[in-house]
Amino acid sequence: MSEILIKNGHVFDVVTGIKGDKADIAIKDGKIVDKVSSKAKTIDASGKTVMAGALDIHAHVAGPKVNLGRWFRPEDKMIRGEMRGGIVKETTRMEQGFSIPSVFRTGYSYARMGYGFAMEAAMPPLYARHVHEEIKDTPIVDEAALPVFGNNWFVFEYLKEHNIEKTAAYISWLLKVTKGYGIKVVNPGGTEAWGWGLNCLGINDEVPFFDITPGEITKGLIEANEYLGLPHSVHIHPNMLGDPGNAPTTIDTMKLAEGYKAKNKFGREQLLHMTHLQFHSYGGTGWGDFCSNAKEIMDYVNKHPEITFDTGNVTLDETTTMTADGPFEHHLSALNHLKWCNVDVELETGSGVVPFIYSPNVFPCAVQWAVGLELALLAKDPMRTMITTDHPNAGPFTRYPRVFKWLMCKKTRDEQMASFKHSGKVADATILNEIDRELTLYEISQMTRAGPAKALGLANMMGGLAPGMNADVAIYNLNPAKMPTDPEEIEKAFSLSAYFLKNGEIVCQDGQIVHSGTKRTFWVDAKAPESKQVNRDVREKFLRYYTVTQANYEVPDSYAPNPFVIEANANV
Amino acid sequence: MKTATITLKTTPTLYLEADVITPDAFAGKSKDEILALPVYEGRECYKLGDYFEIAGEIGDTPENTKIVVNGDCSKVKYIGAKMSAGEVIVNSSADMYTGAWMRGGKLTIKGNVDSFSGLGMEGGEFTVEGNGENYIGASYRGDWRGMQGGVLRVKGNVGSDIGTFMNGGTLIVEGDADVHIGTHQEGGTIIIKGDVNRRVGGQMVKGTIYIFGNMNYMMPGFKYTQDVELEVDGYKGTFAEYIGDLGERHSKSKGQVVYGKLYRKK
Repeated sequence: MSEILIKNGHVFDVVTGIKGDKADIAIKDGKIVDKVSSKAKTIDASGKTVMAGALDIHAHVAGPKVNLGRWFRPEDKMIRGEMRGGIVKETTRMEQGFSIPSVFRTGYSYARMGYGFAMEAAMPPLYARHVHEEIKDTPIVDEAALPVFGNNWFVFEYLKEHNIEKTAAYISWLLKVTKGYGIKVVNPGGTEAWGWGLNCLGINDEVPFFDITPGEITKGLIEANEYLGLPHSVHIHPNMLGDPGNAPTTIDTMKLAEGYKAKNKFGREQLLHMTHLQFHSYGGTGWGDFCSNAKEIMDYVNKHPEITFDTGNVTLDETTTMTADGPFEHHLSALNHLKWCNVDVELETGSGVVPFIYSPNVFPCAVQWAVGLELALLAKDPMRTMITTDHPNAGPFTRYPRVFKWLMCKKTRDEQMASFKHSGKVADATILNEIDRELTLYEISQMTRAGPAKALGLANMMGGLAPGMNADVAIYNLNPAKMPTDPEEIEKAFSLSAYFLKNGEIVCQDGQIVHSGTKRTFWVDAKAPESKQVNRDVREKFLRYYTVTQANYEVPDSYAPNPFVIEANANV
Repeated sequence: MKTATITLKTTPTLYLEADVITPDAFAGKSKDEILALPVYEGRECYKLGDYFEIAGEIGDTPENTKIVVNGDCSKVKYIGAKMSAGEVIVNSSADMYTGAWMRGGKLTIKGNVDSFSGLGMEGGEFTVEGNGENYIGASYRGDWRGMQGGVLRVKGNVGSDIGTFMNGGTLIVEGDADVHIGTHQEGGTIIIKGDVNRRVGGQMVKGTIYIFGNMNYMMPGFKYTQDVELEVDGYKGTFAEYIGDLGERHSKSKGQVVYGKLYRKK
């Protein structure tokens, strides 16, 4: 493989501790190295920003729920997409869609923005094959998927007896057969309750017929996660997503992690990753007195190093909501009267899809926009704060540069705030106007690179530019010594990187895809003592309840032709 | 207003997708620039000049631009699509998506148009002197935003599924229409001066439909309320008023439930 030297760029990197100083980055054989020979190809990055490739810790980018969105929203391609994306160019494939982009557009868009890793945030185990088919077809960007465990019958039955060993044995088996990365929990107990037309609206709200509560499920899964020593922590979408007045439930959920200790060999410190926290930081009793509770939430998060979170910023676009939180989607369709789709995934989970327009003219949407920004701006530890849009739920991931712009420039926030139809009411219901903080490029690099890498247990290989790490490097047309006076330039620079190198290869140059990369599928082989009882239970459930046989359930190796397997060992 | 005339000199083998035939795309450009605009035949991209020749003058703004299209355009799609101002006159028939998502200005087709014409139209004046096909003034497949504004008048007959998900504007058919009229309608006005077949106003929430001619079957979700004297597109007379679709959700305004209204000429 070739050698590359990136010269004179302004480097922002947590791992090497460089905060905007000029430094050269040397690359050999897909890794960052100390130095390269004189034959190395040189990239002149003077006057440009250099960062490690970014990591997206939470996005819905592959699998049946995403595809459901594509099926029932043809208008997302026609009206919002580029109508003429369909012509095959020399090296790249056609790109389509706006909020639910095609797999090719997904890979290319991430590469253009300098992202090298994306976590598919909710894999229904039964449909893991579909998830891996799409991951395989998404070019360039490395991906992994989190199977959902929060509404799983096995988990309910084992945790009802508080049997962590059996829960862990089941998780170990499931991660292996689905090629999953870690433990995702979506509305614990609530999606199962939805099968009976009910929901769980708090951590002590019992799941019908299972005699277990969301709190018990979450605590049990945290214990199982640390018993298995997985690279990532439990990744939770708590109960009551999107409901006015849900902040106390969110704080109750975070408290469940108190008293435990992270046990793993990957350098991960958190016990609970709170995802799309924006949707869980609301006060009020209804849509009339709907307001931000970001301060209350962040007061807790700032004091508790066992919590990491991602923001879930609303981008004020027309988008497609999709989640394993079936009851929430039903609730949403009753609010906006648009089309609704619901799927029940047998013993494991469910999901729903509804299009949604985050209109600046609608009061709650404007408040949601402010809440997401408040969370990131109130965060004291950028390493535990990650920027997402819960793609595509709060907006498409292609809007990350716009979110960076809002976070880096108070003026643009003030302008947006003033332009809302109900700007006075929105200002009263939020505290965004009082926050003067503007994030620095170094903080952006913490929130999008080193932070997510550490939270995912990938800090030794991703999110930094130290020798030995993956040569994922993004170079942006942004001169930190002479920051543009027009904030739009910030958004533009992050949207179309000057260069993006993935595993030491230039895949994007001047915003154009020039190479299809060598994408990898990450999954975790969690080694745990085998349980004969669990094996028997699995066999039994397949015979009695599943519509497929156990032999047809496993994801064959051919579905992940370029795997990167991380081995974890249980702390027995 | 300045007038540019484009004439089809090469008939496409497949169908030509020419969403650049709009005052918005032409305004302020030289003739050479206009002839270089991209059009698509199948998966290949060509130039407008590969099919059309141009004469006349081009306005500086869309408002000041009038385009006259000559030659047989029955295999040309998207004429006037998304146009916001100015005028387009087609002296022949046009294919699908004519005037789709049109926002303003005036579009006149002397012949027939094919399906999906006036799709999601937001404003302006769109007149078809011949017949239309299916999904005239409807929403794009899957979308919930059908015709939203403007006036779309078809002087001949139309096919089925016209005005689906319509929520504004006026759609007038001077001839007959087939099944599924104003399905899911949430606003706007549909006037059919000829006969209709069946399934008129299915799942209609709001809006108004007038039927002058015969209707084969009435939807069971509509209820007769009263006879009213009305003036509809130049005609004065008595109409029977029905409300519906009673099987659908209906919002309230000032304490009153808002229904879709269906009027049949007596």
